[in-house]
Amino acid sequence: MPDVINADGTIRQDNWAVVPRPEDGESLAIPSDQPALIPADLWLAGYEHFTGNDRIGVWFDSHDEPEIIADKVNELPLIGVNFPRFVDGRGYSIARLLRERFGYRNELRAIGDVLLDQLQFMKRCGFDSYALRADKDINHAATCLNFFSQGYQAATDTDLPLFRRRAG
Amino acid sequence: MYVYDEHDRQMAAERVAQFRDQTRRALAGELSEEEFLPLRLQNGLYVQRHAPMLRICVPYGMLRSDQLRRLARITRDYDKGYAHFTTRQNVQLNWPALEDVPDILADLAEVEMHANQTSGNCIRNTTTDQFSGVQADEITDPRPYCEIIRQWSTFHPEFAFLPRKFKVAVNASEKTDRAAIRIHDIGLQIVRNDAGELGFRVHVGGGLGRTPMVGPVIREFLPELDLLTYLEAVLRVYNRYGRRDNKFKARIKILVKALTPEGFAEKVEAEWAHIKDSPTRLTPEAIERMKGFFTEPPYEALDNATDLLARQRFENRDFDQWLSHNVDVHKKPGYAIVTLTLKKTGTPPGDVTDHQLEQIADLADEYSFGEVRVTHHQNVVLADVRQDRLLELWEAITPMGFGTANLNTLTDIICCPGGDYCALANAKSIPVAEAIQRRFEDLDYLYDLGNIDLNISGCMNACGHHHVGNIGVLGVDKKGEEFYQVSLGGSSHHDADIGKILGPSFAREDMPEVIAKIIDVYVDQRTEEEEFLDTYRRIGIKPFKERVYA
Repeated sequence: MPDVINADGTIRQDNWAVVPRPEDGESLAIPSDQPALIPADLWLAGYEHFTGNDRIGVWFDSHDEPEIIADKVNELPLIGVNFPRFVDGRGYSIARLLRERFGYRNELRAIGDVLLDQLQFMKRCGFDSYALRADKDINHAATCLNFFSQGYQAATDTDLPLFRRRAG
Repeated sequence: MYVYDEHDRQMAAERVAQFRDQTRRALAGELSEEEFLPLRLQNGLYVQRHAPMLRICVPYGMLRSDQLRRLARITRDYDKGYAHFTTRQNVQLNWPALEDVPDILADLAEVEMHANQTSGNCIRNTTTDQFSGVQADEITDPRPYCEIIRQWSTFHPEFAFLPRKFKVAVNASEKTDRAAIRIHDIGLQIVRNDAGELGFRVHVGGGLGRTPMVGPVIREFLPELDLLTYLEAVLRVYNRYGRRDNKFKARIKILVKALTPEGFAEKVEAEWAHIKDSPTRLTPEAIERMKGFFTEPPYEALDNATDLLARQRFENRDFDQWLSHNVDVHKKPGYAIVTLTLKKTGTPPGDVTDHQLEQIADLADEYSFGEVRVTHHQNVVLADVRQDRLLELWEAITPMGFGTANLNTLTDIICCPGGDYCALANAKSIPVAEAIQRRFEDLDYLYDLGNIDLNISGCMNACGHHHVGNIGVLGVDKKGEEFYQVSLGGSSHHDADIGKILGPSFAREDMPEVIAKIIDVYVDQRTEEEEFLDTYRRIGIKPFKERVYA
């Protein structure tokens, strides 16, 4: 089973599958033996069927709009946000919207082109698990999640930007 | 000037440690070139024509004398003993070695400097008017807001991988715009509303490059406490919807154009409605605290030295000219704003040696409370000089090469490093600037011509801001040969405009003559009170075209 990184830098085994968007004319290939993330719009399309199933979560691609499930996020046990390329920064905004605007409380995972040097940004935007790209050294993750002991801004991780902490 | 506290110092130190770790992994092959690229860019490190180039941040252009001395030492220890002031008020080193960069950053952090986000697809250095805090006509000092924006944008977790680079500029003067805010991704004009409250007029979507645009207003009045939440809304809309499929269409100006300014503004307002009362909303205390860093230096109670200066001017014509052109009015009686020009013919515009950096530091300590400002025009300002010491200062700087009395004239050229240094350039720019400076060496003639912005870029990326020069020169490549395209009528000031292309491009050796013909048309056609741009706007491009291509 592949490893995922937790927000505190520890590593755990995890068997969630990411089901790709099916080609035209094909159907969604949900594995029977492991929990799976499916494209969010397809989950919504089959909402009656999927809701309440704690072995089905959703994933968003970077151009997707998380607004489509705004009122349903906490029905999901796990949401993945895909980084098709690590330089595509849309996933950070998607994560903050899921957490801060839609109030998502369960696990939020970065998937795709997830590298070490972006982990702390992801953590600050509300991701709490990270499926690191397989060729990267997972043992360096704890260091990279904690390069900085504080930040200037408010984000998902804190309501206290530095200007408010300085006043206190 | 802003002073780091323990929080800033800690984050600066952590940033250096982080980049040291990243550089080690890059050199060990654990990070690919592609993976390392945005990391090093966001630490100021380009790989250029001859070597890496390091762009060091000078937040909104402010430098202390100890920082200047440290820069001088760094250019000696790690580079070839000179540095280059850029059009965005930063400093560049042209020859550092990759493996030395973490040490350079550590040396900078010791004097509260850094190279954060001076490159890459992130929020860059916030720039402003070099006369902030010392000019009479500003609404309020813009620098506290610049520093608030600097801190908010530094390592912002959501906006480190934008579609493209993102530049913010702030202006506080009602009459002038030395910060060129309308050619920035966000331009903030400080204003007061009818109720007397302080706020910002927000321009979004200005920029140069391949698709030059003057930024439209998307909000007439933004209360000051809402500054950061509104910026966050603009950035979030851009981060989500800006184009990522084509580098040349990825700037926010393309998104603003596609949605129309009204459509873009609606999207921002909708986003902002959700976050305007979030913890990111500024507090009056936070603004007051920041203003506390930008208080006045201990000025003495003086009268204007009118009689003394009149006598000195009468006795010394060169001093008189320098005073007329390179010295500006200060808000305090008895003081003056002095611009040290880095435009001596034969020296690339904006270049300074390590020794000159130290000389500037000494001048700052001796004449201007230990601080200087770097200008968008690649000059350096001593903002607080006593009027009764101007003659003494002028005598000191003339042999140093900072006294060329050509500020804002045709030879005060803005110029990018060009093909001599930059890997992106299509053509050299420095030799063109020099040839034009040589053709127009007669200062009296220059003064007679008045204010003319001549801007030169070595390629489309427009680091020399050619589009907004009254006369713009762009280096182009034609079948491997360097040619130069000329445009007329640009402006970066309150009346911002993009220049129009004159016609087919010219060989380098023809450039001084081409500029001379353009100037001749102006001289023939101008009325008594007209500056170059006024004449151009009245008579249009045709007479210039006819003369140049005759």
